[in-house]
Amino acid sequence: MKWLKTYPERCIGCEQCMETCSELWFREKSKLLSRIRISANEVGFSLNACNQCGKCIEICPVGALARDANGIVQLDKDKCVGCMMCVAFCPTSSIFFSSTKGVEPFKCIACGACTKGCPTEALEIVEEYN
Amino acid sequence: MAGIEMKVLAEWKYEKSIPFRGYTGKTLYVNVENQECIEKEVTEEMKERFTGGRGFGLKLLWDAVKDNTKWDDPENEIIISGGPLCGVTQYPGLGKFYAVFISPLSGQTYDSNAGGHFGPLLKFAGWDALEIQGKSSSDVVIFIDGDNGKVQFLESDLKDLNSYTITESLHDYFSETEDDKRSVSVVSTGQAAEHTYWGCLNSSFYDLKRKTPRLKQAGRGGGGTILRNKKIVALVVRNRDWSNIKQGIKDFGILQEVGLKLHKEIHDLDAKQARMRTVGTAHLNEIMNDYHLLPTHNFKFGQHKDIANIHSNVYEGLFTQGVPDGCWYGCSMACSKGVDNFEIKTGPCKGQIVTVDGPEYETSSSLGPNIGIMNPAWTIEANFYADHYGFDTIGLGTGLAFVCECFEKGFINQEITNGLDLNFGNMDNIMKLIHRMAEGKDTFANEVSKGIRQMKKVFEEKYGAPAENLRDIGMEGQGIEVSEYVCKESIAQWGGFFLTLKGPQHDEAWLIFMDRVNKQLPTFEDKAEALHYFPLFRTWFSLIGGCKLPWNDVEPADNMTKYPPQEAAKVPEHVQNYVDIFNAVTGRSITKEDLLLMSEKVYNFQHLFQIRLGKGTRDFHNIPYRAMGPVYADEWEARSEYYDNELREAGIEPERLPVEEKISKLRVIREQQWITLVDAVYNKRGWDRNGIPTLEKLREIDMELPELVKIVKEKAKPEDSFTN
Repeated sequence: MKWLKTYPERCIGCEQCMETCSELWFREKSKLLSRIRISANEVGFSLNACNQCGKCIEICPVGALARDANGIVQLDKDKCVGCMMCVAFCPTSSIFFSSTKGVEPFKCIACGACTKGCPTEALEIVEEYN
Repeated sequence: MAGIEMKVLAEWKYEKSIPFRGYTGKTLYVNVENQECIEKEVTEEMKERFTGGRGFGLKLLWDAVKDNTKWDDPENEIIISGGPLCGVTQYPGLGKFYAVFISPLSGQTYDSNAGGHFGPLLKFAGWDALEIQGKSSSDVVIFIDGDNGKVQFLESDLKDLNSYTITESLHDYFSETEDDKRSVSVVSTGQAAEHTYWGCLNSSFYDLKRKTPRLKQAGRGGGGTILRNKKIVALVVRNRDWSNIKQGIKDFGILQEVGLKLHKEIHDLDAKQARMRTVGTAHLNEIMNDYHLLPTHNFKFGQHKDIANIHSNVYEGLFTQGVPDGCWYGCSMACSKGVDNFEIKTGPCKGQIVTVDGPEYETSSSLGPNIGIMNPAWTIEANFYADHYGFDTIGLGTGLAFVCECFEKGFINQEITNGLDLNFGNMDNIMKLIHRMAEGKDTFANEVSKGIRQMKKVFEEKYGAPAENLRDIGMEGQGIEVSEYVCKESIAQWGGFFLTLKGPQHDEAWLIFMDRVNKQLPTFEDKAEALHYFPLFRTWFSLIGGCKLPWNDVEPADNMTKYPPQEAAKVPEHVQNYVDIFNAVTGRSITKEDLLLMSEKVYNFQHLFQIRLGKGTRDFHNIPYRAMGPVYADEWEARSEYYDNELREAGIEPERLPVEEKISKLRVIREQQWITLVDAVYNKRGWDRNGIPTLEKLREIDMELPELVKIVKEKAKPEDSFTN
């Protein structure tokens, strides 16, 4: 399974990853459109991106969420009815939505674009297979 | 599906109207007699006065029938309407439709709701309501094709007229691919509906995980009986391409935010609160038993010694877990539980492996303790056959409970039942009776399946049973069987069942927890207020296409501490959610007070509709004594401490009195309490002592329609006024 591994202890909160992500997928710089979220906490920063656990697959009532050949949980926009149940039931709160961008939520699909611009190597695409 | 050929008898084309601000603005009239369709406009006045759903159904029915229309007259209609929020996927529980018709059981209007996908898909196909009138001369399927903008009348070729078969066949027939099946929904009933007055409407949704259609029921009132009487095998709607975001919703962002808030509450709290996601409403089984509310042996007792057999934990093990069991998309409450891989042991489906919907609480108790059966496997099979044959499980269970008690008391015997021993708990014989009722060939079974009100008449006149006893133990009001709560110890619930618009059910008022368990309604004024507020609030769901369960089967964590008890029972934050999502969809600016006003308009309209049909007044609000107090000595003894105390509170020392005398003394008290309750409730509702709404009330709610004013002026008498 391929997923975006995060190293919060290395994060400096520059939010470059969020900009890269929103630009890639929505063609605009907006923290609210990023599939990875950085927030400050008591000790530094927390990084929130989908770990591809797949819990959302069983929550989705229309089968819009499924794993691809790399084990990445992908959302089929044609099937999605925008019910938001996956957003609420995600164990790590890693599925996001924006009412300005249509009915479907969005999530990290481990494309790796954000890892390239991270100045502190706080993000890494890893592949783990059992 | 291979093998089915359905000839097109007639076709009508239309231009599809996409929903905008909650409405398509059109209703579809279908006459099955002359195979005619008419498109009707939805006016602003209709939206303002009737909102949608049940309100639209009642308005269309009013215009379609005469004062003396009977259930099986061709002009009686079935109207199916979702409402302005129906089909929204961003908030749980917004897939309901309401079916409105003149009921064979009560002879007056009834409205019955179901989940499944029919309501949303009907709307997406362009229709705020579907109005069906006339009687076909042969079996037909009516197909509403939202993809191609046409309605077809098809000659039915289906040989097995039972719901699971009809539904599976038609999902296949109207789908080109597996994925297509979710774009189809079928409303059908079963063969029993040809004989019984308890005929239900089954509304389907295709379960993508189980790969089979499921059935949700508009069970009550006999809608399925009317469907079969019109020779309609099924109503089918298909609509593939739709998206809420293209449906003119005013503020999609608010809808998403409010929906997400409730999803998170359900995620965080359901396992600690009602456990709807794992056991559905069957979580009530042991709670009802704990508080002497579980209907046992025809509502005689409120507890059963074998409660462990039907504990919700048992059902949790029987229900398939970990599948999204919402009956419409976006319902994270997911209470539509199902039993998979169940082997049928009796009847025409014997040996088949099936998926059974439910049982929900009402069924697990009606086809359970109320007939003395504490065996979930039997209840699941009875649930399957009830759905398949087209029986309402509540009418069926409560009706069978009455039969069992009549048998136990010797009012009927094995000669009359054509060989069946119908004592409580006789699983084999009660199942045989269900099969016989579906076949429609057995005289006694046919008498039973017409409902308790008819049974009382037949058992007395034909079999010599004592009328007074039948009246006391026959658990019906206005011809409708009581749903599954013992209300002897909850005066508020007497009203909740028997001062309802359409007869006793748990749709309109369910106050038993507030009154009996939480003791939040100590005075008659409190009870009357609750019997005013809650029926109105609950009516609102029927106008907009919503399910009530997400309103109060999960509560914000601080609901009980943040608000005083009577206010907490309203779940204020969820009321605000409904105000917000209604405004977000429609672009209107209603308040929570407006929400009640919307309901009150329709509530009084329906009540005056009953009066127009010659019912609805005080004499028609009958209550069997079994609902108020113990009829027999063993019934008293089972709760002697409670009843003795009731006598003491009334100044009567029970110690030296024989049980029979205690029963009759309590009865005098209870019957007086009923009179007090009726007066208090009518007065609070703005009705006179005979249950006629006052002209002032009509003015207050802006429903001074000439046809309503005429009825009030004809029926109201000065001596019935509360101001005299």
